[in-house]
Amino acid sequence: MSTTETTESRARGKAPAGERVADWADGRLGIYGLAKANMRKIFPDHWSFMLGEVCLYSFIIIILTGVYLTLFFHPSMNEVEYHGSYVPLQGQLMSEAFSSTLHISFDVRGGLLIRQIHHWAALIFLAGMFVHMMRVFFTGAFRKPREINWVFGFLLFVLGMFTGFTGYSLPDDLLSGTGVRFMEGAVLSVPIVGTYLAFFLFGGEFPGGDFVARFYSVHILLLPGIMLGLVVGHLILVVYHKHTQYAGPGKTNKNVVGMPLLPVYMAKAGGFFFLVFGVIAVISAIATINPIWALGPYRPDQVSTGAQPDWYMGFSEGLIRVMPGWEINFWGHTLVLGVFIPLMIFPLVLVAIAVYPFIESWVTGDKREHHILDRPRNAPTRTAFGVAWITWYMVLLIGGGNDLWATHFHLSINAITWFVRIAFFVGPVVAFIVTKRICLGLQRRDKDKVLHGRESGIIKRLPHGEFIEVHEPLSQDALHTLTAHEQYKPVEIGPTVDENGVERKVKGTEKLRAKLSKAYYGEESQIPKPTVEEYKEITSGHGHH
Amino acid sequence: MSSQDIPEENLPAAQDAHGAVGVADDKDPFADPGLPPHEHRIQDIDERAAKRSERTVALLFTVSMLATIGFIASYVAIDADQSVYIWPLGHISALNFALGMTLGVSLFCIGAGAVHWARTLMSDVEVAEERHPVASAPEVKAKVLADFKEGAKESALGRRKLIRNTMFGALALFPLSGVVLLRDLGPLPGTKLRHTLWSKGKLLVNMNTNEPLRPSDVVVGSLTFAKPEGLEEHDHDFQKEIAKAALMIVRIQPDNIKDKRELEWSHEGIVAYSKICTHVGCPISLYEQQTHHALCPCHQSTFDLSDGARVIFGPAGHALPQLRIGVNDEGYLEALGDFEEPVGPAFWERG
Amino acid sequence: MKKLSARRRHPLAAVVVLLLALAATGGLYAFVAPTGKAQADETAQSLAIDEGKKLYAVGCASCHGTGGQGTSDGPSLVGVGAAAVDFQVGTGRMPAATSQGAQVPRKDVVYTQAEIDQLAAYIASLGAGPNIPTEAEYGPEGADIAKGGDLFRTNCAQCHNFTGKGGALTHGKYAPSLEGVDPKHIYEAMQTGPQNMPSFPDTILSEQNKKDIIAYLDAVNGDDTESPGGLELGGLGPVSEGLFAWVFGLGALIAVAVWVAARTAKAKKS
Repeated sequence: MSTTETTESRARGKAPAGERVADWADGRLGIYGLAKANMRKIFPDHWSFMLGEVCLYSFIIIILTGVYLTLFFHPSMNEVEYHGSYVPLQGQLMSEAFSSTLHISFDVRGGLLIRQIHHWAALIFLAGMFVHMMRVFFTGAFRKPREINWVFGFLLFVLGMFTGFTGYSLPDDLLSGTGVRFMEGAVLSVPIVGTYLAFFLFGGEFPGGDFVARFYSVHILLLPGIMLGLVVGHLILVVYHKHTQYAGPGKTNKNVVGMPLLPVYMAKAGGFFFLVFGVIAVISAIATINPIWALGPYRPDQVSTGAQPDWYMGFSEGLIRVMPGWEINFWGHTLVLGVFIPLMIFPLVLVAIAVYPFIESWVTGDKREHHILDRPRNAPTRTAFGVAWITWYMVLLIGGGNDLWATHFHLSINAITWFVRIAFFVGPVVAFIVTKRICLGLQRRDKDKVLHGRESGIIKRLPHGEFIEVHEPLSQDALHTLTAHEQYKPVEIGPTVDENGVERKVKGTEKLRAKLSKAYYGEESQIPKPTVEEYKEITSGHGHH
Repeated sequence: MSSQDIPEENLPAAQDAHGAVGVADDKDPFADPGLPPHEHRIQDIDERAAKRSERTVALLFTVSMLATIGFIASYVAIDADQSVYIWPLGHISALNFALGMTLGVSLFCIGAGAVHWARTLMSDVEVAEERHPVASAPEVKAKVLADFKEGAKESALGRRKLIRNTMFGALALFPLSGVVLLRDLGPLPGTKLRHTLWSKGKLLVNMNTNEPLRPSDVVVGSLTFAKPEGLEEHDHDFQKEIAKAALMIVRIQPDNIKDKRELEWSHEGIVAYSKICTHVGCPISLYEQQTHHALCPCHQSTFDLSDGARVIFGPAGHALPQLRIGVNDEGYLEALGDFEEPVGPAFWERG
Repeated sequence: MKKLSARRRHPLAAVVVLLLALAATGGLYAFVAPTGKAQADETAQSLAIDEGKKLYAVGCASCHGTGGQGTSDGPSLVGVGAAAVDFQVGTGRMPAATSQGAQVPRKDVVYTQAEIDQLAAYIASLGAGPNIPTEAEYGPEGADIAKGGDLFRTNCAQCHNFTGKGGALTHGKYAPSLEGVDPKHIYEAMQTGPQNMPSFPDTILSEQNKKDIIAYLDAVNGDDTESPGGLELGGLGPVSEGLFAWVFGLGALIAVAVWVAARTAKAKKS
């Protein structure tokens, strides 16, 4: 239809309007070249590949709603008396930041909805990034050539945490103010410069009159600006590297199987944006978030029980809660280890997962590109490490909400704190061991399935009376999929004596690496995948059994 | 240590099976059978089904339009303070609910329509696209290195060391201006964290009634919060001052006070402690009157108020500072000086 | 008339007649001897004390001692006042179960209000203490809700949460939720400081202050308190919000993603 149109208009000597606009742009931007490479770009279909889209779209939603909120929010700590429409705060003294947030919530029509969308989207953004990161981790999608993108993603997660924290502090309510006070205490604990940093950050003594305005510019400009850049980079790299895919028939390390951007992905991804926005809007219609009117304005001498940060900061709250109160005084100085150590472990928890890809690639020494995803069971050590890390994180989250666990499960807060103190060290180790066992068990089952076929559930009686279950042989597709993964052999320390008989020194790192490699790929750590010979022997031997 | 010295055999067999679509035969039963043949959807072979899909998509888009109209209508018709009871949500704002639901539905239906369209009516033939190695070809690399050498040589940066060194110096120094500019972000700490508004003779004013306290007002088992006389909520620096001066007053039978200094600094068993936690500064005031323990609601540091406010649990590093109090001539409680140590979280210069 | 005669045989008929007779006698007495009112009150009071003493001996003495002097199982009740009794028994905390956890929980009330009043009269007779407040004291008239909010955040929220949802204390103890608690009992709790709660006597928290606090609680935690944004999620703050975002937010989005990415049903081969 459109072709006939085109030819017709051509016949009249004029291209259709769309084409003319495109020509104009191409003459200045060269868009046809770009479109040629990308318009029919292939994307594989899998729900877990859409987690990143959840993050991207919630990020866009946050920016859209955030811009709206800036139209009404006053980032000022000037004290005002409240005379708006929320009765239980009438006549109370509060900062302009707080009163303008009340104004947005009660007097601007739709303001409450936008506030709630902004905050719900932020929680979902962070949760989405967490799950997306775990998907990438457990499938080994971070391997070459995608390490840089892994780091970009990690930075987005960390920056997202701090953008969230600064945004959560802006309304200057009693809950977020308590969080800011905690931050001040944490900064004060830094040896030597801590007091100065705190005074520079708050423009003097806490709370001062500056931090809302300062957090505001950090929250709406500095951090989101950096994040926007990283998001763009992240996406360009995704397109440039082409998406990874799971093993399966026809899917190789040298191709990508799926459907083209135009039209299927345009519709699916574009549609998914609206789906995400729609779901978040509905959530914001039915569930309240951060009802600051119930919390009241911040006063440094007031507090409420159950004071927690938003979930993504919960693990740092756990760290600070379970730390024993160590403090060392010497030569007129104080080393506040009880606060400073958690402050240092906080980035370490995050860095532990961020550097993992580099450690793994050092251990394997593999320099090839990887585009086929691993099944988590086929990389038991990596999977075990990931589960151990999540366990660590979850233990700290429990610690961060120890008071609510105590009230809701009728436990002693002191007992929970002790549990977290012990589980902080023991939990990840147990999780590591258990996960590795489970992975190996699953590997064995896969091997069984390949060699003996699938349990059909049909019981058959043999002539001599024995009952057996008929195992159906797997299809070629399944056989291929279950055996497509690669298995490394442990690295050996090369010969210590060279061909001239000269002994060379074996470096410590070399030994460490050999050890790690053995832990990763030794006999204990992977079940050798079935070989063609094994398969043939079994299948040719006794029929279907 | 580079990975160059890894023997090749430690790596899994190169991906020989990949790329070329293997033929499933007796030789290799695990070989890649290649992309499965495309199967048709109902919509591909049955025009009626396709029509049904088309109608569904159109319906979704229409619902979206209606929802947007509903959004505008709600915005105009519903008052911002109108409340409505909706089970099981409770009493909620009618406007927020109406706007959120209509917006949600209008967006969701656009998305659902687009996706349904893509899933049922657009082609679902899977296509394989070739990948190409990311790394550049060796010739490209050689050309770039040569170009770079040429450029470096032409700049003479390596030969004229004076230029190079002074340039690095200049580039390294100029960011200092930016750092210096940050100096006025705040005043220097000085001894500000060591002093509070409390001083000799300042009356203890009840936060609730704004009246000075008498010893008889404070009974055993009660809990009182006080501020220094003269500090009013409307004061410009109220927040800053109350952040240090907030006081928690309890009365304990003198026999039950274990710490000698605490008893000495009290007035007939009335003790005044800083309300600001020594951990990171939350107002600590979860006072258990039977155990005399005070718990911090933020991080659960627990202090024994009958024993010099010693830390008995949690992350706080030292006891709550005590304010020495007495009674003035008119019978009111008064401070006998400032706190002897800094209140609130510990810091490097605290000592 | 038929109806009445039928009811005469009801087992409770005797009680009704007796009550009517008593009321009539009392009314008559009050009518003929108006000057003796004070005396009558006194008699009623001592009657109540006697009744309370009997109830006390049965239900309380084993822990609190025969004369309210206290034992190792229960504190002395001398001087706690009628308000403390009304609170403890009126919220079902007393009588306590024999095996106690970290603290005595709120339970179903065992005694009737009349019995509670008698018990309270008896305990009050042992030593002066706070009286049971009247509705004028804890009622909403003349209360400043906003001031109450400020007072609540200064004095109460640290244990009971922003809007009175409760919170944890040390070693399994907790500050209970204030949802659905009778304003009278809240007033009494502030006055008397039950269990580990500190007391807030009128010298510290004036009668008006208490009234304000109760009015605030009713405004933010009452039956028809509005939660404009929707579901309150327990009013517990970021932890429940985070859980909701994960389970329902991300959960719903993943469900949608599964639908978007799933293969469309293929036509069945025939």
